[in-house]
Amino acid sequence: MSAADGGGTTTLVVRVENKAGVLARVAGLFARRGFNIESLAVAPTDDERFSRLTIVVGVDAAPMEQVVKQLDKLVNVVDIRELNPSASVERELMMVTVRANPEIRGQILDLVRIFQATVLNVGYDEIMVSLTGSPSRVDDFEDLLLPYGIVDVQRTGKVALPKLVKAAPDPLAP
Amino acid sequence: MNMNGGQALMKALENEGVDILFGLPGGAILPVYDPLIDSSIRHVLVRHEQGAGHMAEGYAHATGRPGVAMVTSGPAATNIVTPLCDAYMDSIPMVVVTGQVPYAAIGTDAFQECDTTGITMSVTKHNYLVTEAADIPQVIHDAFYIATTGRPGPVLVDIPKDIVDPNNPRSAMEWYTPDSHDLPGYLPNQAGDAELIRQAAKLICEAERPVLYTGGGILKSRGAEALLELAEMTGIHVVTTLMNRGGFPDDHPLCLGMPGMHGNYTAVTAMQEADLLIALGARFDDRVTGKVGEFAPLANIIHVDIDSAELGKVRRPDVAIQGDCRVVIEELVKALKEMGGSEAQPDRNQWRSRISGWQERFPLTYEQSKGDELLKPQYVLEQLRDSTPSDTIVASGVGQHQMWTSQYWKFNHPYTWVNSGGLGTMGFAIPAAIGAKAGRPDRMVWAVDGDGCFQMTAQELVTAATEGFPIKVALINNAYLGMVRQWQEMFYEERYSEVYLTRDVPDYKMWAEALGCVGLRVESPEEVGPAIAQANEIDDQPVVVEFRCEAEENVFPMVPAGMSNSDVVVDPSQRDQPR
Ligand SMILES: Cc1ncc(C[n+]2csc(CCOP(=O)(O)OP(=O)(O)O)c2C)c(N)n1
Ligand SMILES: [Mg+2]
Repeated sequence: MSAADGGGTTTLVVRVENKAGVLARVAGLFARRGFNIESLAVAPTDDERFSRLTIVVGVDAAPMEQVVKQLDKLVNVVDIRELNPSASVERELMMVTVRANPEIRGQILDLVRIFQATVLNVGYDEIMVSLTGSPSRVDDFEDLLLPYGIVDVQRTGKVALPKLVKAAPDPLAP
Repeated sequence: MNMNGGQALMKALENEGVDILFGLPGGAILPVYDPLIDSSIRHVLVRHEQGAGHMAEGYAHATGRPGVAMVTSGPAATNIVTPLCDAYMDSIPMVVVTGQVPYAAIGTDAFQECDTTGITMSVTKHNYLVTEAADIPQVIHDAFYIATTGRPGPVLVDIPKDIVDPNNPRSAMEWYTPDSHDLPGYLPNQAGDAELIRQAAKLICEAERPVLYTGGGILKSRGAEALLELAEMTGIHVVTTLMNRGGFPDDHPLCLGMPGMHGNYTAVTAMQEADLLIALGARFDDRVTGKVGEFAPLANIIHVDIDSAELGKVRRPDVAIQGDCRVVIEELVKALKEMGGSEAQPDRNQWRSRISGWQERFPLTYEQSKGDELLKPQYVLEQLRDSTPSDTIVASGVGQHQMWTSQYWKFNHPYTWVNSGGLGTMGFAIPAAIGAKAGRPDRMVWAVDGDGCFQMTAQELVTAATEGFPIKVALINNAYLGMVRQWQEMFYEERYSEVYLTRDVPDYKMWAEALGCVGLRVESPEEVGPAIAQANEIDDQPVVVEFRCEAEENVFPMVPAGMSNSDVVVDPSQRDQPR
């Protein structure tokens, strides 16, 4: 099972100061401890002083604790959340250009409809589409497009937020 | 107040209380060396930038205040990487200022450009590339704060030439005195969790065979007094790691001395047999634990450290307390008092008598030299220990002589032992001793150095001679890279490979004199005492005493690398003793 399937991966959401070189510090720390980063998404936050890194790593639990603690020691790292896949909502964006001569374009559009993907651009014998979804759904879509011939594919790496509380608050609580 | 970045840098350093700066100028840092002339800060001109770094470390070891070094870009920055790594491993507060090529030239392979912040990222607690002159006061203020708080460590500040060069408009700035830190990701915590401290106190009151395993965190937190109170109240024995020699008096009846690869038999064995290890500012280093899986197999662990990443890194503790050692020990003493103080401690007479049995059967020992044999290094160290003031500061290099110094010296005062523990940097002794002397001019400072180590940094004796630091060097000349020779003897069937240095080249006495020192040479046991006395009398010049020692002497006890501490190899004369 690959890490992209969610097998033995952990997602770390790391809030860092938005300063030059911070990404190198974080990436360097993973490299020094022998961890391979499966995917990494970097984005600004609502507070312009900070950025958010969503890092997917394939790991065992024990050394992960060490990496989190070492990460936390970086002066520019503000806080770290470890997101368990079952307790979080995960999304990933894929853009893909597929070979699609006019005769088979319809088949691809079927898939686009089924997956509620979006057509971004159409050429004579190629089509560019995008899909946002859970990483496994994006995997499925990519697998189904594969036989048609993928010309180019770009995935963002996943981003995630924790799932929300479902139970209503106790009406009798003060 | 209008000024340029170079002036601001000097003013910022003055404001941090810096009184001495170890460095060497060059192109990129040149503009800062001009306002230095008008500064109250003393500058010590070193002969190699590695020396500047180790001097800053020695200063910090001896005083507890951050050591400061300033060097130029490129090769100077790379020369100071070793001391940065050394300080990082041993948690030494240090601030290093490096020059950098002008901001606009960064990334162009300009003359003497190197990616200093990139190179030093993994060997500093934090580093900065300053891009605007206006940032200098705040960055320097933050750098000292980060270097000295939490788990101390080295911080590097890389400064492009244009922002300190008065001829460049980019250096113009308005001075301000920073009064706070905007470091949302850096919030060091001192206090330990009260409930965990109570749990720890309870474990202590239940333990039959407890040992206090104390590391460098004791000295870093200025916690020696608190430790003494804890040990005396509970009657628990103390082992002091290589980084905490002096953090608990060697003369104290509860002191078992150094544990680990070359530790005292009793310190090693007491930890192996303990039912509770109270680890205070220690990090379960492989040189202490031996084979980790077989280390202290019967012990519960209480682990106190300022750095939460140390808790559980090597051995999972039963009670893990993140906090400053001194603060936590003081709280622990309070909690123990509430539980009844010394009255609440169980009867540990049996344990005590086992410990004294080990101490009687397995003291440190060596065989005196006979006939025309050369000196025994252990004898030299005993003599040196017994003929110097008890608050003498001792710096050492790395190798056999370092282990003998730690074993045979009696450390009865904190901050008297200056050594390279985690990195094991040959050449540390001489520059570190100079830094210690700079910080504590009132103290006698001896460097105990190996012949191999001496040849790595001897040039700094010129710095000592010309800048007026009358340190003394005890050079243990055993003609070998002795520690490596010992390993080849014991683990490679005496197949000696590239460890012989020669006995007479260089001529150390002549070399010492050429470096501006008094040079003495000692070959027989009768000469040792008088030579030390002569060296102690000289206070206006550095002295090098070459002690010509036996080449074949080995350091014992020894736990061979990767072996269990239970398999500690004792001195040949003790091998028939029942364990
Ligand atoms: C910079 C550096 N290079 C190599 C080593 C490996 N090493 C450890 S001890 C030692 C021998 C030191 O020789 P010497 O200074 O003569 O001390 P001795 O062991 O003979 O007392 C060596 C080479 C080291 N620790 N540091
Ligand atoms: Mg030697």
